[in-house]
Amino acid sequence: MQNKVNKYLRSEMLPHIWCPGCGNGIVLGALTRAFGLLDCDQDNTVVVSGIGCSSRASGYLDFSTLHTTHGRALAFATGIKLARPELKVFVIMGDGDSTGIGGNHFIHAARRNIDLTAIIFNNSIYGMTGGQSSPLSPLNSKATTAPQGTLERPFDLPELARAAGATYVARGTTYHANMLTQLIKNGADHKGFSVVEAITACPISYGRRNKMGNGYDMLLWQKEHGIPVERARKLEPSEMEGKFAIGELHKSDAPEFTDIYERFIDEKQINHREAKKA
Amino acid sequence: MLETTPPRNSKNIQINKSWCKGCGICTGLCTKVLAMDGGGKAIAANPSLCTGCRLCETHCPDFAISIGVDVN
Amino acid sequence: MKDVAQLARLMQGNEAIVEGALAAGLRFFAGYPITPSTEISELLAERLPLYGGKFIQMEDEMASMAAIIGASLAGLKSLTATSGPGFSLKQENIGFASMAEVPCVVVNVQRHGPSTGMPTAPAQGDVMQARWGTHGDHAIIALCPASVQESYSLTVEAFNLSEKYRVPVILLTDEVIGHMRERVVLPQPGAMKVIDRKKPPTGLEKYYPYQPGEDGVPSVANFCENYRFHVTGLAHDESGFPTTNPEVVEKLINRLNDKIMEHVDDIVLSESWLTKDAEIIIVAYGAVSRSAKKTVKEARAAGLKVGLFRPITIWPFPEKEIAALSRQAHTIIVPEMNLGQLKLEVERVTSGRSKVIGVNKVNGELITPGEILDAIIKL
Ligand SMILES: Cc1ncc(C[n+]2csc(CCOP(=O)(O)OP(=O)(O)O)c2C)c(N)n1
Ligand code: SF4
Ligand code: SF4
Repeated sequence: MQNKVNKYLRSEMLPHIWCPGCGNGIVLGALTRAFGLLDCDQDNTVVVSGIGCSSRASGYLDFSTLHTTHGRALAFATGIKLARPELKVFVIMGDGDSTGIGGNHFIHAARRNIDLTAIIFNNSIYGMTGGQSSPLSPLNSKATTAPQGTLERPFDLPELARAAGATYVARGTTYHANMLTQLIKNGADHKGFSVVEAITACPISYGRRNKMGNGYDMLLWQKEHGIPVERARKLEPSEMEGKFAIGELHKSDAPEFTDIYERFIDEKQINHREAKKA
Repeated sequence: MLETTPPRNSKNIQINKSWCKGCGICTGLCTKVLAMDGGGKAIAANPSLCTGCRLCETHCPDFAISIGVDVN
Repeated sequence: MKDVAQLARLMQGNEAIVEGALAAGLRFFAGYPITPSTEISELLAERLPLYGGKFIQMEDEMASMAAIIGASLAGLKSLTATSGPGFSLKQENIGFASMAEVPCVVVNVQRHGPSTGMPTAPAQGDVMQARWGTHGDHAIIALCPASVQESYSLTVEAFNLSEKYRVPVILLTDEVIGHMRERVVLPQPGAMKVIDRKKPPTGLEKYYPYQPGEDGVPSVANFCENYRFHVTGLAHDESGFPTTNPEVVEKLINRLNDKIMEHVDDIVLSESWLTKDAEIIIVAYGAVSRSAKKTVKEARAAGLKVGLFRPITIWPFPEKEIAALSRQAHTIIVPEMNLGQLKLEVERVTSGRSKVIGVNKVNGELITPGEILDAIIKL
């Protein structure tokens, strides 16, 4: 009964563990459709994830899948990609996973420009552990560990990624699900470190506490606050206050790490052989 | 234009009740066609009004709705 | 064929580890610099590419451990090397490798601690961390070389055990052995047995990556080789997917332990020296065992019946061997560069049959033969 893209889902594992109205399933859907657009080879693709609600996504995808430790998904993925550069590697992380405990791995994967496609499910909160603040929780938003509102400024994830060296940076939302699919597809087509931030709703651990309503209300919030980047660039900062740009935010070309390494091996081996001959 | 017109094939709204968690996203997005049944699961109340836009399918977090697209 | 003279070299312990790893088929190394292990990284940065292998300096030790697990799942024999502080940082992912049964080797060139301690001074303070450093019940293998030659051979052994039992293996060396230079004779290429992980049969309709074989070890495929499957650090069933079913989880955790503990005869290596008639046995490992050997010589010269038992595998602990010795010796002396970590195990196994005395030193200096002899004389 399911349509074509769902060949990328392990349907026998459904229904999934996520709460009613949780946006993670929408991101997962967008991801499977991106796999469809990419005509992804399931036998040569690895999906790696960290720890968190969102990171459970790897278990629902029909690839070689690796559900790792909190924050470390990119480091595991770096090992896989460097070991077997011919494999396509996707990395799924939560906002806390990628920018809190895994923040160091995030900036270093970007610095290396290693060919991984990172999809960050940003629900502004630590969902799995019940709603503690994350480095992407908006200032003043409420969390169990910030009952009066967070006192810390959040990262701007795309800015962080770009500054650290990522060569493809995009942001989508679960409301703009088709755009999200296209952004993931483009990120995967791009050679180098690609970051796609997916703004998603955690109605249970974030929405309720911040009076944002249910999953549907939070989708509408995304619709109202996500401004296509072409339009956002024309707006005054004051007009963008509280809003965020969506779409392809940054794209550049730079040498990719595993390519560089393969060339390095070739040159080293040639030099070694010649030195031996001489 | 003609090719891009969504097919009107109301019979193909399929809802997998065992996966539906009754979150209300689809019924919020498409008040005309979809509704909640007494058990808190989505149903196609007015299938004939479906335009085949697939908004419900792409936004159902539970893979519970699919709109068949038979282009014939 | 090269003759022995050609294969003999003066080499540092850390260098011998590199040679051993390459002989065992190492193709991936990820690490983060730390004294006194850094030579291993530096040498492999140079050597691995010549073998078509990959070297990467990661951003920290968590990442290094993660990267070698990823590379191993992708099919390459993988290694990381570190010392105290870095070993602590690797622990969570060592647990992941245990739980997900990913072969990999971790070298810990022990240095003084806790914390930054004395970075260039030797110690044996990580004996218990090697055993229980990661949380949760799990079995582990740890090997302790006592010479440069053994740094080579035990590295090969570490890879073999890791591949055979799909378990992280710790090569627990120390600053003395790691930095010492000695003459070694590298075996002829191919002379040492090299074991590769078993592969699942192809063409299975339904593949259970975590279904154990008769030896308790599953045939987990390398990623993207014939099968698609899920690997997780969560408790899982034989399909590899998470479960909280108490029966299944009980079985899993027991199997992770049993696959090692039921093969101690295959795994445990040790050396006994002049123990046959010994009434006093010194149990010493790593650098300290070299001092202990000298103590035995001196004690024997003085007419004392002293012998040396050297655990080469410290985890699993050579229980049977020590228990047997405790039936013969009235005293067991355990010199260690810590406050008595392996002594606890000796005490446990001897169950009071022999007196167990520790000779302990935690000032960053190697225990001398004289210090061990003093303990004997004082008896
Ligand atoms: C080393 C470690 N620290 C803490 C945790 C507990 N923990 C599990 S998930 C999580 C946060 C997840 O938040 P996020 O990454 O934003 O993902 P989400 O659950 O919101 O999808 C934490 C702190 C852990 N599993 N491991
Ligand atoms: S806690 Fe939040 S993120 Fe986690 S499944 Fe529930 S709604 Fe989703
Ligand atoms: S969006 Fe999906 S899960 Fe939610 S009510 Fe509709 S069919 Fe059910």
